[in-house]
Amino acid sequence: MSENPFSLWVYLSQSPLLWLTVTLLTYAATDAVSLKTRRHPLANPVLHSLWIIGAFLLLTGTSYTTYFAGAQFVHFLLGPATVALAVPLYENRRRVAAAVLPMLVALAVGSLTAIVSVVLLARAFGLPRDIILSLAPKSVTAGVAMGISESLHADPSLTAVSVILTGIMGAIIVTPLMNFAGVTDFRGRGFAAGIAAHGIGTARAFQVDEVAGVFAGIAMSLNALVTSLLVPLAVTYLLR
Amino acid sequence: MIASLSLILLCQLVGEVAVRALAVPVPGPVVGLVLLLLLLLARDRFPVLARGPLGNDGVESASRGMLANLSLLFIPAGVGVVQKLDLLAEHGIAILAILAVSVIVTLLATVATFVAASSLLSREEENP
Repeated sequence: MSENPFSLWVYLSQSPLLWLTVTLLTYAATDAVSLKTRRHPLANPVLHSLWIIGAFLLLTGTSYTTYFAGAQFVHFLLGPATVALAVPLYENRRRVAAAVLPMLVALAVGSLTAIVSVVLLARAFGLPRDIILSLAPKSVTAGVAMGISESLHADPSLTAVSVILTGIMGAIIVTPLMNFAGVTDFRGRGFAAGIAAHGIGTARAFQVDEVAGVFAGIAMSLNALVTSLLVPLAVTYLLR
Repeated sequence: MIASLSLILLCQLVGEVAVRALAVPVPGPVVGLVLLLLLLLARDRFPVLARGPLGNDGVESASRGMLANLSLLFIPAGVGVVQKLDLLAEHGIAILAILAVSVIVTLLATVATFVAASSLLSREEENP
């Protein structure tokens, strides 16, 4: 035994190796549980990885900055994964081309609903203005939402948290909600998941059905464009 | 594998450079997506392009591998919730309720519009 086991911890906790390993191991375990339950919505691997890793950081007194220095290698892949959505889109191009008009109408309605509903509800709950601004872009993928939040002088890190929470809730609720509503069109189910719950909704859609995943990916990409234009407009009108 | 990953990164890189040069409010990776899609479509028209990552299912299998684990990529940003615990303790119930209601309303509004629009359009095609 080394004379000071504490120095080993100090070394490991500062190196990317530990936090990268913790991230991948936790995800591997939660994803295995999700598979075992045949992808039950409540076994969402993102949700369970978050509280397990979060608890581990709190128990060991590790700052998020230290954790992220290691986990950023995983975070970085969000960009390339967005580019990779071109492949399922290409493979399903005929289906997609046949549904362009319904997609555009649903994009307009869904994007507007996502922003207006959250702003009006937050106002009704009497939340402070800076929190409302940070919640407004919550339905688009984290990188874009944080950019919008910054341009509004809101709190980008609160935006990131509300984006992830929205994504997890959407991914959990979408399958039971659509079954309850009797929607059998997997194009529409996926498209709604991508609009309301961005990449986490898209990941969920790919678990359920490939066509749903493709439509979710398109919805997520288009919504990122539309939301970055709509949020500044919406907050000027709604928060006057 | 490495060539396929390089092609994906290259598409993203061109996308990032393009949106910054043109100062458009579009995320760089989304432009990269469009670029890769155009490359795949061009390959079908010009067989000479079907080599390296664009041949033999190269970029396709690399992409499928990445998308199969899309959930993993959201974990680092999501763990940031530990920084916001004080704020969530104060406004957490309200924020969670607002986000939940908004996500349900958005899912239903979007899917209802999609289904209504697609059945309306297919009916028009049947009786022009």
